Amino acid sequence: MDNKCKENGNRWLHRFAVLTAIATFLLLGAGGLVTSHEAGMSVPDWPNSYGYNMFAFPVSKWTGGIFYEHTHRLWASLVGFLTTVLAIWIFLKDSRKWMKWLGLAAFLLVVVQGVLGGLRVIWVEADLGVVHGVVGQSFFVLMCSLALFTGGFWRNISEQKFNVPRSVKLLAIFTVGLIFLQLILGATMRGQHAGLAIPDFPAAYGQIWPDTSADAMAHYNAESKNPVTITAFQIILQMVHRTVALAIFIFVAAVVILAWRKLGKSDSLTKLAMFWLALIFAQIGLGAWTILSNKAADIATTHVLVGALSLMTGALWCIIAFSRSPKTQNETASFGAYGTFAANK
Amino acid sequence: MKLSAAFLLFTIAASTTLRAADITGVITFKGTPPKEIPLTVMENSPDCMAMHKEVPTTHHWVVGPNGEFANVTVYLKTADGEEITGKSTGASAAPAVLDQKGCLYTPQIIAIQTGQKLIVKNSDPCIHNVHSVSNAGNPDHNDAQMSGAPDLSYTFDKPEMYLTFRCDVHPWMFAWVSVFDSPYFSVSDTAGKFTIKNVPPGKYTVVASHRKAGEQTQTVEVADKDVTVNFTFEAK
Repeated sequence: MDNKCKENGNRWLHRFAVLTAIATFLLLGAGGLVTSHEAGMSVPDWPNSYGYNMFAFPVSKWTGGIFYEHTHRLWASLVGFLTTVLAIWIFLKDSRKWMKWLGLAAFLLVVVQGVLGGLRVIWVEADLGVVHGVVGQSFFVLMCSLALFTGGFWRNISEQKFNVPRSVKLLAIFTVGLIFLQLILGATMRGQHAGLAIPDFPAAYGQIWPDTSADAMAHYNAESKNPVTITAFQIILQMVHRTVALAIFIFVAAVVILAWRKLGKSDSLTKLAMFWLALIFAQIGLGAWTILSNKAADIATTHVLVGALSLMTGALWCIIAFSRSPKTQNETASFGAYGTFAANK
Repeated sequence: MKLSAAFLLFTIAASTTLRAADITGVITFKGTPPKEIPLTVMENSPDCMAMHKEVPTTHHWVVGPNGEFANVTVYLKTADGEEITGKSTGASAAPAVLDQKGCLYTPQIIAIQTGQKLIVKNSDPCIHNVHSVSNAGNPDHNDAQMSGAPDLSYTFDKPEMYLTFRCDVHPWMFAWVSVFDSPYFSVSDTAGKFTIKNVPPGKYTVVASHRKAGEQTQTVEVADKDVTVNFTFEAK
């Protein structure tokens, strides 16, 4: 009976972790809408909103860009609250020490993320906006990891019989690193308002690699619909973003092929890798659509969200793959049914 | 007494010889300028749209019927093409004014001196945020300005071309402010005319800069008479 109660308690903890991860995902969407609508600085004060307490800011004043920025702040407050509850719940009910640390890390990260968002506004510091975007997606990965670690799949992971070859794991972790780099590039592009620095796709100003000479830049700016002056740096940034996207597609495809060969098509990691590849494929399409739609806010925001899902999927793939290693499997027996990640800590 | 009269005559003669002159001219645009973009996004803000009969457009290319080219910033460099520095009289100059009217910045192109006050007004019945973004090391600002709120005042210490003013509540709102470390600049009006006043004698490079059409230069020598310099930009 006690065990059943404990299992039910863990199930509710898992459900709450999933809920918090979903709320975080929606928060990323709200943040994406803020930058897609160029509304990041539309509420110049923080933590107040136009001098009002954030929670008492009249709805009648949520006009234009304020709507996106203010709802982002309110939703962020909710995610902060959910994360705090989750961290306390884990601390009280989860017996794994490393999970308590992860819960604490989630709490600290959500506080840091909130302060970063606030400082970006009151310091009028665009670079902090880039850090805010990157930390936000990292936080989302952490919340999804907590959802994974509290779930039944993780408890049963030691029963999965195939080990993942080291070469595949290294390739996957390298690819996740590449996606993280791509995330930084994307966040920098958003901070630089460089999403439309190149208005065509797949060509770039009709070329494979666009001319960035002074004459060419003058011509691009004369023709540009972008209110912000286009710079050579913005163009190079977008070209690197496109190139890294292609590299990511190739590497994730390689992970799928290797997983299929080494683990078999029915292995959960092979299926997850195929889902990962589908996300990357969709993400490239959304990137192109963002440009061709003249950076329509909903498309650009979906591009941010699928990017976050790609990072999260790759990161969880690596966590699961590394947890299957022979070394940790041997140790699993002495650490019970919670899986091998705990054994490594 | 004779000595004093001689000194007075000498002073008058010297000041006549060294009299500052004006540089004037007309900027012309030849050909058809690119089409302006309708600000359809304004339709999402009923309070702004209520101030317009139809959807306004961008105003990147303000060209009159005979090619009179407005919003060209004309300024002086040394004869060697170096920036003129340390000549600002901004602290004592009358403030420049940037207004927010109909959810648009007016004027869209403006030029000031370092240390000169730039007053930003909100003539609209709605909230704006005044957000300046520098590319040359001037501090960025972001201030709320409710309807009917007092004017905001800014000064910039570092020269730069096209410092951006934007409103993030209404993301189509932009103005570009050029900051010079001298009083030797002007912005062409709707007749394409400009005047740079009280230029000391000497050789100069006159620069005509338009955000979209690019930049042209001419060299001039200013002596004791006003100088005329015209520029013609052509459609690409």
